[in-house]
Amino acid sequence: MLSLIGKRIISAIPSVIGVLVVTFVLTRALPGDPAAYFAGPAATPQAIEEIRRSLGLDKSLPEQFVVYISDLARGDLGNSIATGQPVLTEIVTRLPASLELTLLGLLVSVLIAVPLGVLAATRPGSLIDHACRVITTAGVSLPAFFTGLLLVYVLYYRLGWAPAPLGRLDIFYSAPNTVTGFYTIDALIEGNFEVFRAALAQLLLPVTALAIFTLAPLARMTRAAMLEVLNSDFIRTARAAGLPKGKIVYGYAFRNAMLPVVTTLGMVFSFLLGANVLVEKVFSWPGIGTFAIEALIASDYAPIQGFVLTMAMLYVTLNLVIDILYIVIDPRVGFES
Amino acid sequence: MSAVPVLAVDNLSVEFRTRSGIVKALEQVSFNIGKGEMVAIVGESGSGKSVTAYTVMGILDAAGRVDSGSAVFGGLDLLQARESALREIRGREMSMIFQNPRVALNPIRRVGDQIADVLLQHGGITRREAPKRAIEMLARVRIPDPERRARAYPFELSGGMCQRIMIAIALACSPRLLIADEPTTGLDVTTQAAIMDLIAELGAEQGMATLLITHDLGMAAEYCDHIVVMHAGHVVEMAPTAALFANPRHPYTARLIAATPRPTARLADLVSIPGNLPDLRATVIPACRYSVRCERRKPRCEQPLPLVLGDEKGSMVACWNPL
Repeated sequence: MLSLIGKRIISAIPSVIGVLVVTFVLTRALPGDPAAYFAGPAATPQAIEEIRRSLGLDKSLPEQFVVYISDLARGDLGNSIATGQPVLTEIVTRLPASLELTLLGLLVSVLIAVPLGVLAATRPGSLIDHACRVITTAGVSLPAFFTGLLLVYVLYYRLGWAPAPLGRLDIFYSAPNTVTGFYTIDALIEGNFEVFRAALAQLLLPVTALAIFTLAPLARMTRAAMLEVLNSDFIRTARAAGLPKGKIVYGYAFRNAMLPVVTTLGMVFSFLLGANVLVEKVFSWPGIGTFAIEALIASDYAPIQGFVLTMAMLYVTLNLVIDILYIVIDPRVGFES
Repeated sequence: MSAVPVLAVDNLSVEFRTRSGIVKALEQVSFNIGKGEMVAIVGESGSGKSVTAYTVMGILDAAGRVDSGSAVFGGLDLLQARESALREIRGREMSMIFQNPRVALNPIRRVGDQIADVLLQHGGITRREAPKRAIEMLARVRIPDPERRARAYPFELSGGMCQRIMIAIALACSPRLLIADEPTTGLDVTTQAAIMDLIAELGAEQGMATLLITHDLGMAAEYCDHIVVMHAGHVVEMAPTAALFANPRHPYTARLIAATPRPTARLADLVSIPGNLPDLRATVIPACRYSVRCERRKPRCEQPLPLVLGDEKGSMVACWNPL
């Protein structure tokens, strides 16, 4: 199994190279002349030419590619014109904010969707089965940013139960020392429960919006996978052998049903990264989604390149993790083909 | 048959509720199995053989409903028993093996662990002893190199091996009754014989009764003491094997024997059975469900079926005009 996992990790290397090339080509193919943009509207042609040379844009594409790769190797993603900050610093501080939101949203969604799907599958036609159907239908028809706006309107504006949707922490609190970059975890490490509660309160609405969005496909897939497995021959064998219901449902059926659920989980996670961009905007969340939108509006190309690169690497890592989970769950993986 | 049968099925009727109406899958099925006996239920596909077995095991599909009858096993009516009581019996006193063994085992659990699961559930042994006992079981079903095979997954084993594993699971707790539902379907011919020999041998060792469900009359004749012939949810005839073959009394049995290949018969002598099973969803089903296919039909055949007892012990035919 370990050698299989090792092989899978090595096979991720071509994807990484592909991502590097595509990111490079894509940013060079974007319309607009970055040099002219940098120089400003009043610049003379000589000034623009000067800037083009200083940015290295006068060189041939292969030469530029070599420069790009060697910069990347040193961790240099260029500077943002809007903030003047190195892009790498921006991404390193903003990525944890986005990940904290996305991962917590996914966690909440899994914790609700999987038991819901299992219960619905083991009691077909029951109240919980119908509830599952209603929730999944409602979930897919509501985009996350819309649920987010609705939650803000009702729970903050109307009822005043939730804190203002303005970033990761209420202004009265100062951020905990950075260890993981996740405010909730960092606050716990410090033992500062007040900050932990405040950070959690800020997370509540956006996480709910994301969780509702991802609940539907997960619950539906869990239910369908469980139903299929529970009708299979080996479950009948287990029943005929007198194994108790809990052992059959959780020990035998659930692990087999996990395979399609893990696949869906991967898909849902990538939807979530996309949905995140708009949800962050709604909640003024200082994540990389907000960062990318601002850069896009300002035609700030280095941050866009950094954003695309980060996202692409996240996808590659995600697929790697999903495949490794597959290897762990299913002994047949790697033998059939 | 011994005085007290291991399993006594009496007057069993089962219905299935489907979208296209109620299917009367079994009607007044009765038969007994004595201690150490091997009894076959034979019949073509859809005759209710497997439904009978599933009903007795209590693992009938949710759409199926027992309409009437009883199935007494060890003094307990299985059809009235609570699920918790049944779970105690299943796998310990009464086991079942299925067709297509490669898909009838959990694909992502090591076979040794699957045997150990049953032992832990019913065998009254500790978690530490279970793997060792599982390996012993593998050796008993003649799997070579049992220590290594215990760590294999079903997809790494052949169909015959998987069926041996199923037998090991079924016999792990030395049950008094084994139900084998077409245990050799999907296996090649030499493996079929080896599996049947194994079932017969282990059954004889333990004094275990075996109910063999098959469409293969030849196999039933070779291994079983007694044969129950089913057609469209009815038991049409039952008799000791030798008597049934020497002197079949129901026209369907005679047809079935004529349709079975024998070493002496040539291919041209094999006769197919005309017609199909009647539609069991219909509101009016003829009293004799074979009558539409029967060349010996008489006007009297529309009256409720008689149960004519034969001269042989435990033989019966349900026909107004037997051979």
